[in-house]
Amino acid sequence: MFEFLGVPPQALFGQLLLGLINGSFYALLSLGLAVIFGMLNVINFAHGALYMVGAFTAWLMLQYLGIGYWPALILAPLVVGLFGIILEKTMLSRLYKLDHLYGLLLTFGLALILEGMFRHWYGASGQPYRIPDALQGGRNLGFMFLPNYRGWVVVASLVVCLGTWYAIERTRLGAYLRAATENPVLVQAFGINVPRMITLTYGFGVALAGFAGVLAAPIYQVNPLMGSNLIIVVFAVVVIGGMGSIMGAIVTGFALGLLEGLTKVFYPEASNIVVFVVMAVVLLIKPAGLFGRER
Amino acid sequence: MPDDVMLEVADLHAFYGESHVLHGVSLTVPKGEVVTLLGRNGAGKTTTLRSIMGIVPRRDGSIRMEGTETVGLAPHRIPRLGIGFVPEERGIFSSLDVEENLMLPPVVRPGGMAVEDIFRLFPNLKERRRSQGTKLSGGEQQMLAIARILRTGATLLLLDEPTEGLAPVIVQQIGRVIRELKAKGFTILLVEQNFRFAATLADRHYVMEDGRIVDMIPNEQLEANMERLHEYLGV
Repeated sequence: MFEFLGVPPQALFGQLLLGLINGSFYALLSLGLAVIFGMLNVINFAHGALYMVGAFTAWLMLQYLGIGYWPALILAPLVVGLFGIILEKTMLSRLYKLDHLYGLLLTFGLALILEGMFRHWYGASGQPYRIPDALQGGRNLGFMFLPNYRGWVVVASLVVCLGTWYAIERTRLGAYLRAATENPVLVQAFGINVPRMITLTYGFGVALAGFAGVLAAPIYQVNPLMGSNLIIVVFAVVVIGGMGSIMGAIVTGFALGLLEGLTKVFYPEASNIVVFVVMAVVLLIKPAGLFGRER
Repeated sequence: MPDDVMLEVADLHAFYGESHVLHGVSLTVPKGEVVTLLGRNGAGKTTTLRSIMGIVPRRDGSIRMEGTETVGLAPHRIPRLGIGFVPEERGIFSSLDVEENLMLPPVVRPGGMAVEDIFRLFPNLKERRRSQGTKLSGGEQQMLAIARILRTGATLLLLDEPTEGLAPVIVQQIGRVIRELKAKGFTILLVEQNFRFAATLADRHYVMEDGRIVDMIPNEQLEANMERLHEYLGV
């Protein structure tokens, strides 16, 4: 078979697929962070922990209630979203009048507590989660072998990301959200219950993290630290894309996943830092991020 | 309260943090009238409107909209009593296009103007439906800020300096619109610096100074009180 710059195509496409998978998770998670930051002005450090909680919720549902993957894909994000709503109502909402830093500290603390609890109960080693029967196996695409589940992850992430983008940028409900992001007081003076919108936005943003967690469960093991390993890269993605930009978060998420994959092929030593190198360069050239607007 | 009163404000106090901004404002807006609040910069005109909308940090006293007490209501409930608000800075959203800006405020009661009628009143807006809201000229943004609350069924309109910073032609155009709205039966509370403009529209004028109402002049007595008014406004 032909080779590309000395790299066999199997290896190239294999790494690109891995990059696309990682990108799917970067996009889902940074999208949630962007939605939350836009509306609440809170940098949600608990996002990685809530992704982990989503994965654990699916695992626990299967283990103790016999609820399988497909129902869990809906139920676990709902559980995480509801948990987020309670967090926002009881804790986060008290901090909006203070500096951003307090929201960051609170959510960072929550992340440590959640991770600590799950580590205490389930240990640091991962719990396996079986790929659902319908997505076992894979198919030969000619140039590479595609495991069905991995293909599903990319498609599911794309659909949810683009659906979220459409809902925010093209619908009436999204117009409320955009307007309230810009000028919450005025939106309130038109008769819209902005505090409730804020609560629901947080719930939705963390539900996206929960959804990503369920998607991740069969690929990575369900592990109390799975979120904190991922979230640092996701924050870099958000910085590169620009805080608060919906399409920016999605495009940057997938693009950086692919870039990581490519780096693994051509210069594996740099693959773990390439995202941060890009972040540094973007911050130097365009501090508001590639898709961000200066505020 | 008599049936012909739309809005009755009594002994209104408002606070921003430690500073006490309004000191017992009382005023009455009868149904179908155009009432202006005149006064120098910092007299408390804008704060009065914001207090009526419930978007100041703290307010005491009484604000009754058609008999319903609004002090103590959550801010998003107040517009639902039929009050439309045009803020001083116009508040056009840059992340929304003109049509989205127009359609943003929810309908609070039946009887609002149809979108076609609004476009007849503001033909420019129809042409620029797809433009980003803040790409409009200052005058067009002001038109849009007024247009979007006509849809909602609000019967009392609070307009905060709709002529500020606009060219004389546009000011005339806005004057025409306000007259037309009055003829349609809207009740309007108008904050103005430009009392010459206000005199052509209003039924009565309240004068504010240092967070208090210091005078009320019916429009027909404006000529006789011109000297007093000049003194209040320092013109």
